[in-house]
Amino acid sequence: MAHSAVTSTDQYNYEIIKKFAIMAVVWAVLGMGAGVYIASELAWPFLNFDIAEITFGRLRPVHTTLVIFGFGGNALFATSYYVVQRTCQARLYSDALAGFTFWGWNLSLVLGVVGYMAGYSQGREYAEFIWPIDLLIAVTWVVYFWVFVQTLRRRSQPHIYVANWFYLAFILATALLHIFNNLAVPVSLFSLESYSLFSGVQDAMTQWWYGHNAVGFFLTAAFLGMMYYFVPKQAGRPVYSYRLSIIHFWALIFLYMWVGAHHLHWTALPDWTSSLAATFSILLLLPSWGGMINGIMTLSGAWDKLRSDPIMLFLITSLSFYGMSTFEGPMMSLKSVNALSHYTDWTVGHVHSGALGWVAMVSIGSFYHMVPRLWDTKIYSVKLIYVHFFLATIGIVLYITSMWVAGIGQGLMLRAFDEYGNLAYTFVESVTFLHGPYVVRAIGGMFFLTGAVIMAYNFYMTVRAAKREQAAIEAKIAAKMANA
Amino acid sequence: MMKHESIETNAGLLLVLTMLAISIGGLVEIVPLFYIDETIEKVEGVRPYTPLEQRGRDIYVREGCYTCHSQMVRPFRDEDLRYGHYSLAAESQYDHPFQWGSKRTGPDLARVGGKYSNEWHVQHLVAPRSVVPESIMPNYPWLLENDLAYSDIANRMRALKAVGVPYSLTDDEYQANVEKFGEDVARLLDINNAEANLLAQAQAGNYDGIPGRVTEMEALVAYLQVLGTMVDFSRYDEDYFVQFR
Repeated sequence: MAHSAVTSTDQYNYEIIKKFAIMAVVWAVLGMGAGVYIASELAWPFLNFDIAEITFGRLRPVHTTLVIFGFGGNALFATSYYVVQRTCQARLYSDALAGFTFWGWNLSLVLGVVGYMAGYSQGREYAEFIWPIDLLIAVTWVVYFWVFVQTLRRRSQPHIYVANWFYLAFILATALLHIFNNLAVPVSLFSLESYSLFSGVQDAMTQWWYGHNAVGFFLTAAFLGMMYYFVPKQAGRPVYSYRLSIIHFWALIFLYMWVGAHHLHWTALPDWTSSLAATFSILLLLPSWGGMINGIMTLSGAWDKLRSDPIMLFLITSLSFYGMSTFEGPMMSLKSVNALSHYTDWTVGHVHSGALGWVAMVSIGSFYHMVPRLWDTKIYSVKLIYVHFFLATIGIVLYITSMWVAGIGQGLMLRAFDEYGNLAYTFVESVTFLHGPYVVRAIGGMFFLTGAVIMAYNFYMTVRAAKREQAAIEAKIAAKMANA
Repeated sequence: MMKHESIETNAGLLLVLTMLAISIGGLVEIVPLFYIDETIEKVEGVRPYTPLEQRGRDIYVREGCYTCHSQMVRPFRDEDLRYGHYSLAAESQYDHPFQWGSKRTGPDLARVGGKYSNEWHVQHLVAPRSVVPESIMPNYPWLLENDLAYSDIANRMRALKAVGVPYSLTDDEYQANVEKFGEDVARLLDINNAEANLLAQAQAGNYDGIPGRVTEMEALVAYLQVLGTMVDFSRYDEDYFVQFR
């Protein structure tokens, strides 16, 4: 490690960030690959091949776990460790504990997805991990919290930078949600299976309090933290409004926790709960757009960068998708809209406009900024970043539009009546209708996946070149030492 | 700004205030559901699953059926015509975990019980397109190949009892169940006879169409056949349920 980055490796722990960054990319490719595969299973069901391990029902949690917790989670560990060190100008608290978070987190993921395929699942969306893994995650998360807070306390700045507020809120909220949503009693001490502590309506409410805040904190607050560091950094300009960041931070974290029950409109959940959730969902539009405006306007005066900098394209496009999906979300939380959209692919499309458009794109933009700096080099190919950007954008557009067609179309078919007041369509007729959109969706996913593979290649070549440069420098130094 | 500086220069304060801000929503929306009586409708007939049905439910969870099927009929005219009476909270009160689902790639299953014959279910699960050509559901042939594991059924019921399902271990608990559910049902909820009850139901029902063997299919079909059948809606008029909503 003895070369020009001596000072930075001393000052900051970059090694742990590199590990998380690499795993984020690995999980991205695998998780999106699983996504394309299950999307294809819906279009062409023979792809289930009568193999239990790869049927849709077992692979779907593999996909969601790998993209949310694998790609998203590792990207958040990587960027939060990067941002907290750089903005606090302090080295990460403990190399050993940080290393533990890496192994604890990624081991959980491996065990989890292998378990799903083998038939071990809690049957809770986005919380399918069985109880022993839940425990491992809980321990890992407490250590993560400790490392993060101790690093904050080492800061050589009086102020804690805004990005760290968001990361901190995400860490706290995720701990709270994970623990309460996974309360369960194991069948026996040596059984991998368990039964949830709550049942029926209370269980549903707890699960969607968890489920929507997995979106709100894991997939939003934390990525806003990412945005607050990488957008200003890449734009070379300060955050647009300090006041706006304060207001939208507190409003966002307070309001999000109320909205989960909009996943349970018209169900056996009492009306008061779902009405409350709908109300707060609409209020949530304000802080969401506050964040979007703060991010996009940070570029004011430097709009020309959109023409010259593909990383900026990723970051600004991600904020645009963030704005769009945080408008769509409150709209879908209206009971009348939800009556049509719920249970359909419209929800799936909405999730992906957030997950691909916002979460993935802001992570990708941040990674293109961060990875060359971690390895103290230049990106292998800027042209490939452009290629990635256009593949990703086309993929998202295909995905979202096909799911709008599928969701709204199916919703309308299922509530259609003929002139005698009978149902106009059987359920399976709506399934037949879905085939076209499902094919388009799989193609859209393929575009996005191809982009991710190109990114992985670009990073691989970047790191390889960096290692060669470093080896060359080391050889020179060694030669000089020998001559001296 | 009114001294936000004091928060952002103090990690401890930031932590405490953040924790406060994120705790309120959940407290207000979740906790009352355990205490407000009307949350779960007072209705006759809903009972815990029998040992065989519960094992079927475990398989339903294992295979991730909830990723494509909901178990929650909403109070709309089209759903009423297609599936039947809207679902009550009472009907899933013994569901650990709940399986209301969030997506209908296939139809809702909350009231699928009794709509099709056992033979239809077996055929449909093994090869869905042999009965519904347009279906996109995977084949589940292994359900018929795998023998049902039931040696841990008593442990399972004990765990469910620990989370609140009224399975009985002691005489007192058994008597309480007799009063609440009647003797026939109470006998099925007795953990001491779990295995015998499971086998007896499998033999009598022969859900998988294979006499003498207890397959995973047996349990799953037994579970599907009981879904939504516990409440006799003809005994209640609509106004009765409205008061709980």
